Amino acid sequence: MLSYALKRTGVAVLLALCVSFGSYMLVFLAGDPAILLAGETGTAADAERIRQIYGFDDPIVFQYANWLGRVLQGDLGRSLYFNQPVTTILLGRIPVTLGLGTAAILFALALAIPLGIAAARWRNTIVDRGALLIAVVGQAMPSFWFSLILVIWFSVKYPLFPTSGSETWRHFVLPTIVLGYFAAPAIMRLTRSGMATVLDSDYIRTARAMGISARKIMFKHALRNAILPVVSLSAAQFGYLLAGSVVVESVFAIHGAGRLAWESVLRSDLPTVQALVLAFSLMYILLTLAADLVNAWLDPRLRS
Amino acid sequence: MAAETGSGDPLARELSRGRVLWLRGLGHQGFLMGAVVLGVIVMMAVFAPLLAPMDPFEQNLSARLIPPVWDDRGSWAHPLGTDHLGRDYLSRLIYGAQISLLIGIGAAFISGIIGTLMGVAAGYFGGRVDMVISFIITARLATPVILVALAIVAMIGASLEIVIAVLGLLLWDRYALVMRATTQQICANDYITAAKAQGCSLARIVVSEILPNLANNLIVVATLEVANAIILEAALSFLGLGVPPPLPSWGLMVSEGKSYILFDPWLITIPGVMLFLLVLAINLVGDGIRDVTSPEGRN
Repeated sequence: MLSYALKRTGVAVLLALCVSFGSYMLVFLAGDPAILLAGETGTAADAERIRQIYGFDDPIVFQYANWLGRVLQGDLGRSLYFNQPVTTILLGRIPVTLGLGTAAILFALALAIPLGIAAARWRNTIVDRGALLIAVVGQAMPSFWFSLILVIWFSVKYPLFPTSGSETWRHFVLPTIVLGYFAAPAIMRLTRSGMATVLDSDYIRTARAMGISARKIMFKHALRNAILPVVSLSAAQFGYLLAGSVVVESVFAIHGAGRLAWESVLRSDLPTVQALVLAFSLMYILLTLAADLVNAWLDPRLRS
Repeated sequence: MAAETGSGDPLARELSRGRVLWLRGLGHQGFLMGAVVLGVIVMMAVFAPLLAPMDPFEQNLSARLIPPVWDDRGSWAHPLGTDHLGRDYLSRLIYGAQISLLIGIGAAFISGIIGTLMGVAAGYFGGRVDMVISFIITARLATPVILVALAIVAMIGASLEIVIAVLGLLLWDRYALVMRATTQQICANDYITAAKAQGCSLARIVVSEILPNLANNLIVVATLEVANAIILEAALSFLGLGVPPPLPSWGLMVSEGKSYILFDPWLITIPGVMLFLLVLAINLVGDGIRDVTSPEGRN
């Protein structure tokens, strides 16, 4: 287990390095970042000064190493818009997004796993079809549109929840539903197919033949085996969901990292965008690492 | 070497493979429903100039925000009403189908080439090549697509071509994963070993032994990615960094209608319903193709 854990963590560190290089290179996509940073009203002299301050004249690998060194010390640069350290801004925003993401993934699991189990238990019946319908609809609805439809119904027509802001828990109900519904279909489908495979297996048939109650078979024997892949998928979905908060937080004007990302892109606040790309990627890497380690701990066969 | 023709299916012996698939497709409810809706939307896109009652770009500020015909204030002059600049909503909706389909197909095509090349290479060569490609796929999975796409579009400038290129370069992960797994399965077969033993060239093995057997899965992933690209384009356009105005992208139409959510919610509902129907139809067709082409995969 220890050697597996070390190996898997090593891969995660490599991935993090790779992704950090990617987010660093993002700045150079536009050609000369100095001109971009100087803005439309900037002069050639402004661009030159920026080039010196940021060290854009150095070789890229050298610049990246410098940047990485500072990032490792917790210095993500200064936001061009807020004129504050990016780290300070992120520390204020990321907890909001993590809170929303956690609520959303819990909502998704609470919706998807019971539905998936029911669909597998009553395969090819109306239950199965209903669950499939819920999944198919969830996959096809653009999240920004679903958000607005919820606003039209539950904020405008029946004012149960506020349309925007992030002051109270009531502000988070609609965004949680949107984000959670977005993550649910994949989890539901995997739960269903996993349960279906396990329920068809020999040991379940044996358990049935031995007269063990249906409920005990479902929850004690089948679910335990079917749920393992769902753990990995949920971690990955959690990561996607955090990235998906860019859209949902923008619609509901939630004061989190997702909305900050969108606004920073619009303001060409490159250091902040860079830091957010890195932060979202790192959260995904950490989540999948945690899921893999938990799975390997639960199932020794996965350690090889 | 040809893909399996559903052994055990009594029809298979009398009918050609194409006919068997066609009959199965007709018997598949979801596929049929999806195909009909998709067909209608494709027709809308192809015959947009003939179908649209008015010019989708023509503004008429004296006829702003007219509601659709089912509202008391609506009229048949504008069956779906007009937007905040007085443009005919039905005409914009019809032309919008072109944009969604163009972006969906364009992006899925580019990402399909990238992902298939990576997946086949990883699956065929295995070993170090597989390790490196799998690592690249994982790194791509860790990247927040929407945010990176927004940032790139913001930096290079928004246009239809840029959105297609950016989405095409970002959405190859599922192709690569599926093609890698499928190629591994195919390469475990004896006919690949036989082809190698006969001294077939790499190109020949890939083109005439591997690719034909990848086709089914490739089509299924491609449909999913077309749908995915359409949703992402709509989201980018909604956030103001996708297809630039005045193009009638459905996502952009929702975004433009956002300010009128209190009194004219239909501005949001109508293009959103179209997006939903299109993506739903493509997903249903994709699921249908998967069920129909691989009977062993059903349930």
